[in-house]
Amino acid sequence: MAIESASKPEVITVAERGSELSAALNGIFTIWYRDIRRFGRDRSRMVGSLATPILFMLVFGSGLAPSMGAMGGAQGGLNYLQFMFPGIIGMTVLFTAMFSAMSLVYDREFGFMKEVLVAPVPRWTIAVGKALGTSTIAMIQGIIMLVLAPLVGVNLTVGTLVTLLPLTFVLAFSLSSLGLLISARMKSVQGFQLFMNFLTMPMFFLSGALFPLGNLPSWLTVLTRINPATYGIDAIRQVVLAETGGAALASQQLGLRVFGHLMTPWTDSLIVLAFGAVMISLAVWAFSIQE
Amino acid sequence: MANEIITVNNLVRHYGKVVAVDDVSFNVKEGELFGFLGPNGAGKSTTINVLCTLLRPTAGSASVNGYDVVKQQNAVRLSIGLIFQDPSLDIELTAYENLEFHARIYNVPSELWRPRGESLMKMVDLWDRRNDLVKTYSGGMKRRLEIARGLIHQPKVLFLDEPTIGLDPQSREHIWRYLTNLREQTGITLFLTTHYMQEAERCDRIAIIDHGKLVALDTPAGLKAMVGGDIITLHTADNEQATQQLRDIFGLEPARENGALRLEVEQGESFMPKVIQGLTVPVTSLSMHRPTLEDVFLNLTGRSIREEEASSKDTMRQWARSRGRER
Repeated sequence: MAIESASKPEVITVAERGSELSAALNGIFTIWYRDIRRFGRDRSRMVGSLATPILFMLVFGSGLAPSMGAMGGAQGGLNYLQFMFPGIIGMTVLFTAMFSAMSLVYDREFGFMKEVLVAPVPRWTIAVGKALGTSTIAMIQGIIMLVLAPLVGVNLTVGTLVTLLPLTFVLAFSLSSLGLLISARMKSVQGFQLFMNFLTMPMFFLSGALFPLGNLPSWLTVLTRINPATYGIDAIRQVVLAETGGAALASQQLGLRVFGHLMTPWTDSLIVLAFGAVMISLAVWAFSIQE
Repeated sequence: MANEIITVNNLVRHYGKVVAVDDVSFNVKEGELFGFLGPNGAGKSTTINVLCTLLRPTAGSASVNGYDVVKQQNAVRLSIGLIFQDPSLDIELTAYENLEFHARIYNVPSELWRPRGESLMKMVDLWDRRNDLVKTYSGGMKRRLEIARGLIHQPKVLFLDEPTIGLDPQSREHIWRYLTNLREQTGITLFLTTHYMQEAERCDRIAIIDHGKLVALDTPAGLKAMVGGDIITLHTADNEQATQQLRDIFGLEPARENGALRLEVEQGESFMPKVIQGLTVPVTSLSMHRPTLEDVFLNLTGRSIREEEASSKDTMRQWARSRGRER
């Protein structure tokens, strides 16, 4: 037997490389598909994760709107509910992406992870498949929030939706990768939840979802600018409110400026994408460590 | 001569400073039912985890189906099926969806896995329940489903890590019936770890492992032959005196065990009346049994594999499982 195994060719042929790639893609798809299937089945989870953002908007938004007045100039300005609405979409994406990564900790705790770890697919496909699954779910949850647009007086077009899909997906993918990186190292569900609350809440509050980032004290300016969610939410806001108050968003008060430069949805997304690339690389690395 | 499908050479695995597997070498032949027997913490699961590419060896080498477990991990993974000690199913999916996930990730085409899945699910008597969520399954059903799932990609070797731990005797019997049928039909190699003696008895060959070291490797009969004959256990009114008399009259050296005296003799049946006649010390009870694997283990290690040792852990497992089910 030893002789036989020694005589096996060590050189990997082109065909084998091709089949390696198809095995990897197959692994990514399978892991992604499982997450989508579970999501489709679990209606309570879907409703549950929409409840918090809706509550936020109804109570927080409606409560503050009267005292905020017109934002970004009286002419063609936005009311607070309109301003906040894209922030709530971003919030939905942020929370869903980060907390869906918890399923990984569950998988480890309840044994399913072993089934995946001994499967004939490279480890990196597990991280990528999981990140894609989680971000697809987060994207869907975020997009579902658009049905509330007429209620808050935001006009949407088909173009809005088409642009918004990739934007929310990029944001969701970046945040999911961050969530996965953390869960790769977390041993218990409780620990993960504690840590995630500790991280997600500040990310939400410092993202510009709830207040404009124009004239802040310098310490807040710094914190909001190093938060990746800030850019994702600014991009979503510019796209969602393009029809409603596009001009107001460029104003000194509402526009997101970094080193004096006014951000566009594309420059925003580039930053989110760069952050995502770093996070998924780290997550892949964390997964590839074999004991 | 049958091919060797698993070879393990001088395998060592440390966890930090703890040595879990210490210089273990053995081979498993194709088609064999090979048992790994030892108490909890002896290094059984660690060895399996190295063989199935979940852990890297600290030193030494191992190959499965001719593939190196470090250098050719994917080929090894395609060659093996695994039943873990704890269930590794997605309880939020149906049984059939679990099969489908497995088939997809092992890249088994639909036209192959669907008929295969059907016959495997029928084999383990779960076909009627295939569309039920796994969280509604009992422990025994989950284990059966895992067996069916582990066979979807037609592995050459099926690893079973304590396949019947925490199951009731009836479920245990079921599982063994399936495994026996499977061997007859496919000639698959089965590699199992256990600390149940009855299970070890069914194996073609058994490796006894203790404190990470391989202490014996033979057929059940061969192992039992290592014990010098039948086992006689006697309780007496005065063990000291009885020991002295056994030495003087019969030239035997009894071992003390839980207040009883234990002897290994050939022809136990004819020895029993002699011992009652020969000893002046009153004998309160006397019993004899043929050597069991328990005796072999006792002889080799000086300790017994206590089933009670496992029972508290079993209870914990079952508790964890039932919690998992309710989630």
